[in-house]
Amino acid sequence: MEFPGLYNYWITIVLMMVGFYIVIAHDNLIKKVVGLNIFQVSVFVFYISMAKVQGGTAPILDAGIETYSNPLPHVLILTAIVVAVATTALALALVVRIRNAYGTIEDDEIEGQEDDA
Amino acid sequence: MAVTALALVRLRNLFAVVMLAGVFSLLAAVLYVVLDAVDVAFTEAAVGAGITTVLMLGTLALTTSDEKAAPRKTLAPLLLVVATGAVLIYGTMDMPRYGDPNAPIHSHVAPYYLTRTGPDTGLPNVVTAVLASYRGYDTLGEVAVIFTAAVGVLILIGRSRRPKKKRKPADKKEAAQ
Repeated sequence: MEFPGLYNYWITIVLMMVGFYIVIAHDNLIKKVVGLNIFQVSVFVFYISMAKVQGGTAPILDAGIETYSNPLPHVLILTAIVVAVATTALALALVVRIRNAYGTIEDDEIEGQEDDA
Repeated sequence: MAVTALALVRLRNLFAVVMLAGVFSLLAAVLYVVLDAVDVAFTEAAVGAGITTVLMLGTLALTTSDEKAAPRKTLAPLLLVVATGAVLIYGTMDMPRYGDPNAPIHSHVAPYYLTRTGPDTGLPNVVTAVLASYRGYDTLGEVAVIFTAAVGVLILIGRSRRPKKKRKPADKKEAAQ
């Protein structure tokens, strides 16, 4: 097995695990949202790296070019990025509301208040 | 890029975290250019690095910009993450190699779009053609998603202007759908 052939997947996995770690290990809600974003970007990189063809160019038709990278994952991810921003906005709005209701954005402190109540 | 991500884990000041997240997005955009996805790179740079950062800064202004103490339970999540990563890496062993022109992803509908886009739509940019022409309904659905998110944000933030009251979990459930 030649190592470089799978390099792109491994980068994806490392990024994904960093995001995953932030989400599960940190109590701060904004930090969790950032972690989710890193996770998302790792999935985007995964798709885009699958679309790459050796020796290909960007999928913009022009005379004299034979090999193009696969345009379909690009379309998918274009949509996904925009949806990601929408979900991020919603998550941040929730954070603001939680801050208004509890006076904190730390997960453990919120749990503490829940237990007291 | 991985270094930026790791720095994000360590940083405690949320303002720096948000700025680094923007840098991370820009690096991702550069990576997309290298991988031939110029349209995606544009979107990532404008939306991922731009709008997301502004949204995050707005949230920081409305909340607080310092993370509290270091996470105490670091070992269990770390083990879980490493285990998941190992399983995923084992899973990549059967994946097609990077840039392989014979990978399954390149042999079904992709050639159809690449050969038909020119005659069908007259657009040189295949990505735009697929997005706006072949899959126009999906893009309409995407707009619906954004609209729903905008309505959700307005419901959540708009009501917070009211006098302080006991929390209302019902609000959050509605918006989450």
